[in-house]
Amino acid sequence: MTLPATDRYRLLGHPADLAGHVAALGPVPLPSAGAHRWSDDFAALLDASGLAGRGGAGFPAAVKLTTARSAGPGGTIVVNAMEGEPASDKDALLLVRSPHLVLDGAQLLAAASGARCVTVCVPEGRDQVASAVARAVGERAAARYVPVAERVVRPPDRFTAGEESALARWVESGRSLPSFRPDKSTPLRIGRHGALVHNAETLAHVALIARTGAEDFRARGLAEDPGTCLVTVSGAVAHPGVVEVERGTPLIDIAQRAVPTGPPQALLVGGYGGAWVAPAQFATPYASLSLRAIGATAGVGVVVVLGQDGCGLMESARLARYLAGQSAGQCGPCVYGLPAIADDLTRLARGQADRDLVDRLERRLAQVDGRGACRHPDGAVNLVRSALRVFAADVRAHAAGTPCRHRDARSRLRFRSVARAA
Amino acid sequence: MSSTSLWYATRASGLVALVLLTLTMVLGLTTTTRARARNWPGFAQQELHRRISMLAVVFLAIHVLTSVLDTFVSISWAAVVIPFTSSYGRLWVGIGTISLDLMLAVFVSSLLRSRMRPGTWRAIHWVAYLSWPVALAHTFGMGTDAGESWVIALGGACVASVAVALVWRVRAAGRQASVRAARAVVTAAPTTHLALAAPTRGRDTRA
Amino acid sequence: MLRLLIDPVACDAYGYCAELLPEAVSLDEWGYPMVDGRPLPPELAGAARRAARDCPRRAITVRERAGGH
Repeated sequence: MTLPATDRYRLLGHPADLAGHVAALGPVPLPSAGAHRWSDDFAALLDASGLAGRGGAGFPAAVKLTTARSAGPGGTIVVNAMEGEPASDKDALLLVRSPHLVLDGAQLLAAASGARCVTVCVPEGRDQVASAVARAVGERAAARYVPVAERVVRPPDRFTAGEESALARWVESGRSLPSFRPDKSTPLRIGRHGALVHNAETLAHVALIARTGAEDFRARGLAEDPGTCLVTVSGAVAHPGVVEVERGTPLIDIAQRAVPTGPPQALLVGGYGGAWVAPAQFATPYASLSLRAIGATAGVGVVVVLGQDGCGLMESARLARYLAGQSAGQCGPCVYGLPAIADDLTRLARGQADRDLVDRLERRLAQVDGRGACRHPDGAVNLVRSALRVFAADVRAHAAGTPCRHRDARSRLRFRSVARAA
Repeated sequence: MSSTSLWYATRASGLVALVLLTLTMVLGLTTTTRARARNWPGFAQQELHRRISMLAVVFLAIHVLTSVLDTFVSISWAAVVIPFTSSYGRLWVGIGTISLDLMLAVFVSSLLRSRMRPGTWRAIHWVAYLSWPVALAHTFGMGTDAGESWVIALGGACVASVAVALVWRVRAAGRQASVRAARAVVTAAPTTHLALAAPTRGRDTRA
Repeated sequence: MLRLLIDPVACDAYGYCAELLPEAVSLDEWGYPMVDGRPLPPELAGAARRAARDCPRRAITVRERAGGH
């Protein structure tokens, strides 16, 4: 396929100030007064584009909009910039570099759903991002650029705080707790009105699709997973950072963009609640279906490179302990199961396994999977399962009491400071 | 019905109601989550708790009815629910009324349970535990049979059983609290044991 | 087709559901219910509704689901 001459499709690289943004991309194509069918047309445009959420769940944006519209007008567009995933920087970067693109996307969805408010959620502690967004909001208000009021709020910086029902509940009542939602076709609510929660990057794509059209979006990526996405590459690499890639790019190509320091031992894909991928599958395209086929998930755009000098089990044990500590604390299997799993994995990584450890681990993984209100325990379970699979040789060695020599190597993973579990 | 019969009925049903209320309390206090012996049917205990409480309400109703209908002393219908308005035995009948009001609150809230927040229902239920000591006070404060040795023994047995149940409950809660505390330690551990590596946070995009 | 749906947030591991419906509910090692995914046979409908009514945390709903998943 030939790429269009313009690079308007890109998420990053546009001016960050309002005047520059409008000059480069044109004003946000909101409907003029009295445009009756605009909402329906816009919903159809989103549907034709095939845009899926970029916050981790990969849910179709068009379906989410339809659900939100069923709640009637007067709702809120919640911009999810929580980026709870420690290995991800994309949303922070996007909001510092292209805040107007994200806010434009929110305004478009507000127009399509009759929402009366845009609420941008930036976690406590990320003040640089919050100031950038606040500055952009101020520019837009001063220029009377947009019809719907925009504001910035600061929820707590916890992994599960970015889960959409937890975020809606925090905006509504200050309590950051995921809800049990067996039926995703009932809309989220803040008070009596609906809430449409979207990852910041997804909204940036919406803003571009509205300007350049569905076909342009589909010109990149795969038919079943179209468009581009931002991926943060870190770990044993010389140039960690955020790259914009087409969906369906082979994993190893994404990793190469950050210049790994050597041939990777494994790749962690999709975030800390994602999964490890073995070298035999490094050519797998970064797309939802392709990754699910190998027991991984596309998740959030994250690729962490494990170098030859790392211990996959030890890093996984750290991840498991982190995820256990980030539980929202509401559901028994997550609250009790994840720490138990993390403990066992840690013992295995240290070479202190007892004979029943692996069986116990497998049993508990099966018990915890899918038994929480949100997908947090599922992610943790999938991560540990992928570790046991990808590092199977290490599992045997560590279980036999002969852990690898990299057990004490410095971790390549980073963790933000975490508040104690609720 | 003669006044004397009504009087006996009032006293008898009152004592029976007290015993049933005590049993309700014991069954309620010894309900716990997860800390039960494997073979103990928790649902049966909960069902028993409910049914005995309803039986207690029946005997309470007989107690109240007979005391109002008894013309020997003057207790108005209003005094049944409004404390300290009875011309006879203002204080102790009033205390009995308080106990009845608390039991009424539980009864009504349980009927409307599906319409209120679970936290509200639980709060009302906990407050209603007070109905038991208040009922006990009413029984001995009224003084009618309080001097009889068997009534004193009955009262003592009621107090003892609730005391034992209370101690058991506090200890079971203590066991559960230590599980929660252990969990909190584990989940706090990630911050202390993790090696916080800090590669440079990517700020550049790569074309 | 009846299915049992347990709200994991509301659940506090009383375990009454497992006592009333051992054919469909078992407890994990921490006392929390695991519902086997198969639809409930009609003869268990009464026990299922009882379990829903008796749950102290009202965590259980019995759902009519037309076939499939």
